[in-house]
Amino acid sequence: MTQTPATAASITRTKPLELALSGSWTVRGIGRIDSELETLAMPSGAAMVIDASRIDAFDSAGAWIVHKLLHRLHGASGQAEIRDLRPEFVRLLDVVGQEIAQQASTSPPDAVKPLNKLESLGRGTADALEQGVALLAFVGESSLALGGWIAHPARIRWRPILYNIRSAGFDALPIVGLLSFLLGVVVAYQGADQLRQYGANIFVADLVGLSMLREFAPLITAIIVAGRSGSAYAAQIGSMAVSEEIDAMRTIGIAPLEMLVLPKVIALFIALPLLTVFADVLGVFGGMIMARAQLAVSYPEFLDRFAKTVSVTAYLIGISKAPVFAAIIVTVGCFQGFRTHGGADSVGLQTTRSVVQSIFLVIVADALFSVAFSALDL
Amino acid sequence: MNEPSPETTPAIEISQLTTRFGDHVVHADLDLLVHPTEIFALVGGSGSGKSTLLREIILLQQPASGSIKVLGVDLENISDPAALALRQRWGVMFQSGGLFGSLTIRENVGLPLREHSGLADPLIDEIADWKLAMTGLEPSVGAKYPSELSGGMMKRASLARALALDPELLFLDEPTAGLDPESAEEIDRLIKKLRDLFGLGIVIITHDLDLLWQVADRVGVLADGKMQGIGSMTELARLDHPAVRKFFDGPRGRAAQSGVK
Repeated sequence: MTQTPATAASITRTKPLELALSGSWTVRGIGRIDSELETLAMPSGAAMVIDASRIDAFDSAGAWIVHKLLHRLHGASGQAEIRDLRPEFVRLLDVVGQEIAQQASTSPPDAVKPLNKLESLGRGTADALEQGVALLAFVGESSLALGGWIAHPARIRWRPILYNIRSAGFDALPIVGLLSFLLGVVVAYQGADQLRQYGANIFVADLVGLSMLREFAPLITAIIVAGRSGSAYAAQIGSMAVSEEIDAMRTIGIAPLEMLVLPKVIALFIALPLLTVFADVLGVFGGMIMARAQLAVSYPEFLDRFAKTVSVTAYLIGISKAPVFAAIIVTVGCFQGFRTHGGADSVGLQTTRSVVQSIFLVIVADALFSVAFSALDL
Repeated sequence: MNEPSPETTPAIEISQLTTRFGDHVVHADLDLLVHPTEIFALVGGSGSGKSTLLREIILLQQPASGSIKVLGVDLENISDPAALALRQRWGVMFQSGGLFGSLTIRENVGLPLREHSGLADPLIDEIADWKLAMTGLEPSVGAKYPSELSGGMMKRASLARALALDPELLFLDEPTAGLDPESAEEIDRLIKKLRDLFGLGIVIITHDLDLLWQVADRVGVLADGKMQGIGSMTELARLDHPAVRKFFDGPRGRAAQSGVK
């Protein structure tokens, strides 16, 4: 056990029936000695002697290997003897011997069999179904709790609502503004070439106005918020679940849904439409700048055309999507947070899931909106 | 200078240690000597700086001034390779386990061996199983994940991991906190057994009076930034310092003391 600079353990055959061990038979000294031992030729029928006098350090890993060597020699020749091992090392070797005997007598625990393809497909499907049912239950419970708040407004927790409006809404203004501005620039820039060919420069206002207000502004806002706040919801609730804070809340008599979920729902219902309006403004502004630079459409001309062609309906259609996106983001984020169990690993996994699923569902919902609006001729 | 022989190198040697957090002084000129192969217990009230001291000893935190030598190695300005080598010579069992959630218990215990030795995987698994058995865990526990274990089992698994490299010095942070009396007694026995078998030094941070009376060779009481008393429990029982008296007066202190006599 004393600290010696690890001279590598080595094994040499001094006589046909004698093996000499030397060096540090410790974790640091053993290195690859056990593969060397595997290839060692075993004489059969003759008694082997192991000279251990030059072992100068010995730990449990070393003892384990030496014991296995002895065991193999026993198996090959029926006899083996270890000689001149220091007394303090002998004790360790004995303990290891007892343990190996015990491990051999108790049957090893059943190895976990890898699933075959069909079984893993079945389990995957069952898991997905179970998750779907749990999500539905979560939506139901949250709706009931929300109904309770509406019936008894005195129970509404204003402070977390305001806090969430700030963190999910106000704090997101710079990034939402910047990205939608750039999106407006890109749309105008991409359209500029085509429009110029037909001398239809002024239609850039239609292009930018309709695409930003109806599609891009709500979508980009929802995606940013899903990445920014949806992940934060999942991580916050998830780490609270891991550290038993949610159980503590229940014990104290605070409904976790009312404390953690509903304020986020209400806050995002308010914040996401407002962020969308902000994105509308900045997106159109970006397009307007590009229109002047690339197509020589002045600001008054642009705004004049914009007011004539882009109806209030287009604006309202864009805004009307925001509450639906908000519901998706909060529900998925909080739901995945509550499904966290175990440790830090699980928090990361559920957070990833929440972002992937909420962005996926936001885009699916947007596609459904497009189908519905075209059926309604809006 | 002659190299001191390992038998006489103190396990831990701290002199003039001062630690500050901003204006708050945690340790003021603290001196401490822990002998090799002794079981030393560090006690003190909450916020007395026990855990900070432990963190400084195991290279997780830097003191403001003073010197700490562990196993004869000075921790001040220690080089990275030297720190790595030193870290392999001690094992630490953290209060809440510190087991990696993404690995099974067997992998957790085998991890130090896998990192620092060239042993083959089956051999590492066998040694890990042995260390688990040594700490009193069933073989079936090895395949489980930390989140599936009870608090007591986590502590044992964490201890098994601390023992993976056959350390010369073992640090136990609250080894019996949160355990039922029976498990706590087993930990008492286990600590003694480990010392006898491997001849290692053990430093325990604890509030457990039974553990102090049954297991510790010497106990150091930390209060007001200094060691207020060091000695065996019987020696400390005669001291008349208020910080020390707290551990003996009061019903629990008396009960634990009478359990020994």
